[in-house]
This record gives sequence, C-alpha cells and structure tokens, in this order.
Amino acid sequence: MEPEKIITISNLCKAFEDKVVLDKISLQLSHGENLVVLGKSGAGKTVLLKCIVGLIIPDRGTIRVFDTDILNCTHARLDEVRTRIGYVFQQGALYDSITLRENMLFPIIRNTLFFKTPAAEIERRIERNLSSVDLLDAMSKMPDELSGGMKKRAGLARALMLSPEIMLYDEPTAGLDPFTAQEISNLILTIQREKGTASIIVTHDMKCAEIVSDRICILHEGSFIAEGRYTDLKNAEDQRISMFFTP
Amino acid sequence: MKTSMLKKNIEAFLVELTDIFRFIGLFFNNLFLKRFEFDEWINQMYKTGYKSFFLISVTGLILGLVLTLQTRPMMADLGAEAWLPNLVFVSIIREMGPVIMALLFAGKVGSGIGAELSSMRVTEQIDAMEVSATNPIKYLVVTRVLATTIMLPILVFYADFIAFLGSFLGMKAYSNISFSLFLSRAFDGIYFYDIIPATIKTFFFGFFIGIISCYKGYYANKGTEGVGYAANAAVVISSMAIFLIDLIAVQITSLFEI
Repeated sequence: MEPEKIITISNLCKAFEDKVVLDKISLQLSHGENLVVLGKSGAGKTVLLKCIVGLIIPDRGTIRVFDTDILNCTHARLDEVRTRIGYVFQQGALYDSITLRENMLFPIIRNTLFFKTPAAEIERRIERNLSSVDLLDAMSKMPDELSGGMKKRAGLARALMLSPEIMLYDEPTAGLDPFTAQEISNLILTIQREKGTASIIVTHDMKCAEIVSDRICILHEGSFIAEGRYTDLKNAEDQRISMFFTP
Repeated sequence: MKTSMLKKNIEAFLVELTDIFRFIGLFFNNLFLKRFEFDEWINQMYKTGYKSFFLISVTGLILGLVLTLQTRPMMADLGAEAWLPNLVFVSIIREMGPVIMALLFAGKVGSGIGAELSSMRVTEQIDAMEVSATNPIKYLVVTRVLATTIMLPILVFYADFIAFLGSFLGMKAYSNISFSLFLSRAFDGIYFYDIIPATIKTFFFGFFIGIISCYKGYYANKGTEGVGYAANAAVVISSMAIFLIDLIAVQITSLFEI
C-alpha cells in the first residue's frame, strides 16, 4: 500500500516582479519520509518552504498539507496546520530579547496545549528537547551568547516543542564547519527515526543530503529537473545534476 | 523627466499613506482579538515609559529654565515680569511640552521600535512567530502602540511638572519670589480647556509614533540596510506626523474658540 501523502503541491508558480522563482512545481511528501530539495543559492528553495507554511502566497498552484488547502483556508485553520509543522530557519531565528528557555516556551505558551499540559511536563519537554541538541546548559543564556551552530540547534529544539509531524529545514548546515554540519545532519536523521516525522530539507550541502535523504529533488531555475535517491542521482550524466555531486 | 519623477514620488507617497492607514486598520482588527498579550504590554510600558523618565526629566527641567531665562528680560522691559510664570506655564502646557516631548519620544522610542521590529523582520523572527501560530501583529504591534499611546501623555504631564520646577529655578535666580507666589501666578488664568486639548493631542502623538514606527519596522526589507532605514524613517515620519497633528489640533481648538 502506498504511504499516505501529507504534503501535496501541484503546479506551484511564484514570481517576484519579472523574476520567476518557482515554475509549475509539483511534489509530494509521505509520512516519515525525508525529502531533500537541492538547488543553487537563489534557486527558490526557501520560497518553496515559505509557501508551504503560508508565509509567501504563490501566484498559482495548490498546496495541501494534512488535507488542508493552505491557500484557501481560514486563518484559524492555517494556524492549526502550522502547529503541526516545525520550521527550522536558516539562522535559527531565535527571539533575541528573551532567554533560550523563554524561546522554547514561546510557541507552547500561545497554544491550547499550554492549558492542557501540566507545568512540570512542559519543563520536562523543554529539558528533553534542549538536551537532545546538547544545549541544556545554555538554557538561561540569551541568543546573542550562542554561536552560529548553537543557534541552529536551538532553533531546531524550539521547532520540536509542539511535537510536529512535519519538519521543514531551511539550509540547516549552511555556514557551519564540517564537524558541526555533520552533527546537525545526524540530528535530523535521529529526529526522523525517533519521532517519525516527515521532513523537507532544503540545502546545497551534499554531505547533509547524503546523510539525511530518502529522496532528492533537484531545483534548477524554478523547476524540478530530477528526482530520485542519492545513489541514483549521483551517477546522472546531466551536467546540471552532476555538478552537485562533483567535489 | 522632472514631471514623471514628481508623479512617481507623489504616487509612492500616496501608496505609503494608504499602507499606513491599512496598518492602522490591522491594529484595530487585532486589538480586540482574544488573549491579550498582557505581559508584553507591561514590558513595553516599562521600556517606552519608565526608561524615558531620565531623558524627559532633564529636558523638561532645561526647557522650563531656558524659557524663563530667555523671556524674563523682555517681560522686565515691558514691566510685566509678574506675568512670566503664567506665560511660561501656558506655553509649556499648551504647546512646548507636548510637542517637544513627543519629538524626543519619537527620537528615542520610535527609532527603537523601528530598529527592533525591522531587525526581527530581517532575521526571520517575525516569520518564526507566524509559523508557530503566534499572531505577530497582536504580540508586537498592538502591545507597542498601546504602550506609546498611554505612556506619552503620562510623560508629558510629568515633563510639564518638571518644566514648572525649572521655571521656578529660573525665576529664583533673578528675583526673590516665593514658591507659593510663583505657584499662584503660574496657575492664575490656567483653565481646564488649556489642559484638555493638549492632553488629547498627546494621545494622538503617542498613537501615531507607535503605529508609524511599528509599520516601518514590520515591513522592513533589504537586510541590515533596511534596519537603519526603518529606524530613521520611523523618526522622520513620526516627527512630521506630530507637527501635522499639532496643526490640526490648533485648528480644531480655534474652531471651538478654546
């Protein structure tokens, strides 16, 4: 039996003034699957992610997440869908006027979950998520006291606070040293295995793609030009694909 | 060439004006939504109000002092020195206090809000709020605008009082006037209709400083350059709005012969 699709995108188009960023993009994401979207800088990868959570409104096309039409639903319904998605921003996007602990608490305190969950359980969840990214000791620190890698890990921990079923990662390893990048990649894999989340990871880091991907889509000039497993695409003859795999 | 440039500038100005009014609509739409961000509102009142007290105190004191020292020789020449406390106090309450304090407030608080929100925008913190199903308008804009609207009139009242003390010090430097005499001369001929319109306009000053600064910060773009631009534009446009509101307030008070 084919796994259930939790994200279905059809014919998505987006242009900023004259520049076409996404041109008839279609993709599907199944339960528990890690999909990597590869593409050069400026290829439209982040725009694709932001369209999925309704931060950017596309010009044409449809996006269905958990059977909800993101572009034609009420704001309340969109918020419900958003609470089931964890979004990890490129630079972590931590709120810089509050501590790391308060950052973790921020999404949960404004959610109905807050009133249903005992305070001790919320504290346990904060500790569990922070220790899963090895930041338990930094709980009382302000974001500007954290390094780039720590910020990304903290952003990841915050995205896990509402126990999402889908994770969206925007360049999770960009700007990191190879060791920290590998750590983040392993973390993404661990989250998928332990929590059973489905993920879309946009990146141009091939090492990360190799570690985390179940499937790869290659975005080139606004369109997908290839789709398949890492090992299959690695041997492709098309120069637009092979350039990603050439060291 | 010049005509087309002018046309473009006017068009851009009108678009900006429409967007600001749309933003005001957004503010009122979110103002009455459930779950008011009380903690953040208190935090903003503290930041915008309490943290401005020192600046307002120093400026208020100097304003009262300088105004008295500058006006005294002229009034003495006219033999109307006894009217000086009243003249200074009326001008501070009706005009100088509200306008100067609002301009200072725009410089300190408005630029701060513009810079803070624009930096949150370019570092994707506002996006992060939205994707975690938090309403950023309610959390960031409503709390800040309410804080500026409430705190500015309080600060202006306080500044008027400090300027009054400054004026007394100025008088005391050249005459042997007692505080009770100064008080009675200052309040002689001051009526509620001197205070009420001045107070009402400070609410508008506070509201527009908050809304313009939030608007410039919330929709900032162009990365770090946009942060500087937003902070700068927040102060410039707020200052223009203060003078415009003041002009309208003067027209309205004259219309009702207040």
